[in-house]
Amino acid sequence: MGKLLYYELIKTFFKKRTYIGFLIAAIIVPLVEVAIKFEGDRFLQVATRRLQEDFFFIGNLFNGWFVSYQIMNALWVHVPLLISFVAGDLLAGEATAGTYRLLLIRPVSRTRIFLAKLGATVLYTFSFVSFLGVLSVGLALALLDSGDMIVIENGILILEESSVAWRFLVAFLLAVWPMLTIASIALLFSSFVDNAIGPIVATMGVLIVFLVLTVLPLEAFDSIRDGFFTKHMVLWQKVFADPIPWDDIQHSAIVLGIYTVVSCISAWVIFVKRDILS
Amino acid sequence: MSNDSILRTHNLSKQYKKRWAVKNLNLEVHRGDVFGFLGPNGAGKSTTIRMLLSLIKPATGEVELFGHRLHTDRARALRSVGGIVEKPDFYLYLSARKNLELIGALNGGTTKARIQEVLGLVGLKDRGSDKVKTYSHGMKQRLGIAQALLSDPELVILDEPTNGLDPQGMKEVRQLIQHLSQDRKKTIFLSSHLLNEIELVATRMAIINRGELVVQGSVQELLAKGDNYVVIEGSPATSIRKVLKSQRRIVQRFTERGGAFEVRMDFKNIPALNVALVRGEVKVGALIPKRSLEQYFLSLTDGQTSDR
Repeated sequence: MGKLLYYELIKTFFKKRTYIGFLIAAIIVPLVEVAIKFEGDRFLQVATRRLQEDFFFIGNLFNGWFVSYQIMNALWVHVPLLISFVAGDLLAGEATAGTYRLLLIRPVSRTRIFLAKLGATVLYTFSFVSFLGVLSVGLALALLDSGDMIVIENGILILEESSVAWRFLVAFLLAVWPMLTIASIALLFSSFVDNAIGPIVATMGVLIVFLVLTVLPLEAFDSIRDGFFTKHMVLWQKVFADPIPWDDIQHSAIVLGIYTVVSCISAWVIFVKRDILS
Repeated sequence: MSNDSILRTHNLSKQYKKRWAVKNLNLEVHRGDVFGFLGPNGAGKSTTIRMLLSLIKPATGEVELFGHRLHTDRARALRSVGGIVEKPDFYLYLSARKNLELIGALNGGTTKARIQEVLGLVGLKDRGSDKVKTYSHGMKQRLGIAQALLSDPELVILDEPTNGLDPQGMKEVRQLIQHLSQDRKKTIFLSSHLLNEIELVATRMAIINRGELVVQGSVQELLAKGDNYVVIEGSPATSIRKVLKSQRRIVQRFTERGGAFEVRMDFKNIPALNVALVRGEVKVGALIPKRSLEQYFLSLTDGQTSDR
């Protein structure tokens, strides 16, 4: 199994498509952070314009932590696209390239091949989110220094500097979870088509539909809205509350986990049973 | 399953919507055979091979490899089998060597020495580090054969391995098949729509048409179903007739058809017949050898092409 996973990773990381997400992150994060550095305090003033009518801000609140948080907030809806580029290609890419005919005639079960692909998906997702985290936090701290962190969500919260680093660590670990849900949905679409573009488009379609249903203030959806995975994708944000609502985080993780498991099992069943005609 | 049968199919069938791509196919391949699997394009050869290699599941029937049922004992059934299905596709962004390493891992492991050996066998030793995207079609085809041989399988299934190759490439593949069969004692299952290709290398063969088995047996047996003949194109007809009547030792019998003469004879006597015709003042346009197996094949497959 280890060897299968190793070669699945070789295939994944030798492919240029894999680095699209890394490349985009490597461009956009420094670009935004350098721009923010030169914009200076004005960025914080814009972000806190309404609050400044009632509060005085003292100390260095415009720092690396604050900017990293803003970037995470801005990117969480775009990262799924980059994840689906790779996850959507894992099975359908083999069909497109005709390499199913190379893989699936071996004395190794389709289940083991699927598990190796799933493992590669998990490792890719983890490495991409980690890269994003290390880049955005590391660069922001290098450019803008450290300090207490201001969180502006339904009010204002100042987190002491001593507690911020581990909160970011936990937030990035939690951010991997919804990305795995996205990856598993992409893998599901990838399992029954022979074209790698289809799963990417379909995954983004599902994400958009669920996002719209989540934010539309319609009573008709109130009773089922909690079941939409998009409602729980920002579970990482809850780490920046005080106290941290661990029960809420657990609930969101379970909902997302159900989507992930159902998608993976469905993808596995389809992959194992399908006729290879490509 | 008889002792030397290593591949058998039992009423193997596959249906796509209402069309039967393969219907009640019963094949038997013996250890040491070069088994030609012949049929016109669209006859069901690739569908059969996909079922033999577990890429698609039969609607009914089953495949037995080395005494193991493919459906229930897949890993053991495929352990001693290597193959190419249709065109050879690889991970183009990886080197040939890396592709073979990957395939080796799926086979349960391989060594660098073995990879070098199979690359050498197909003449790609010096190009093993190059990315497959830089390969020509012929090189990919040879790499396809290399991957089929990687696990040193006892049975090698080759689906139209000469497709898209130039005459030299086709000759090299034929020589490789003969080498594998004679020197390395491999059993070869070779599918083709080219009768000529099968005739040159196969010891046993089956003909499939419209998904159904038409005939199966040794090539010798099938060849014996008719005799060979030579078509003479030339003039004048009276002189040709006179020469043919005088050459009783060479000519078994002859018929006239549409201004040409069809002569039943041994092909090795063609030069002698040519000399006799020239001495008999015949202006010889052409002496065309025809094999009855081709006629036999065409009659069995409703005259669908067997491009020679």
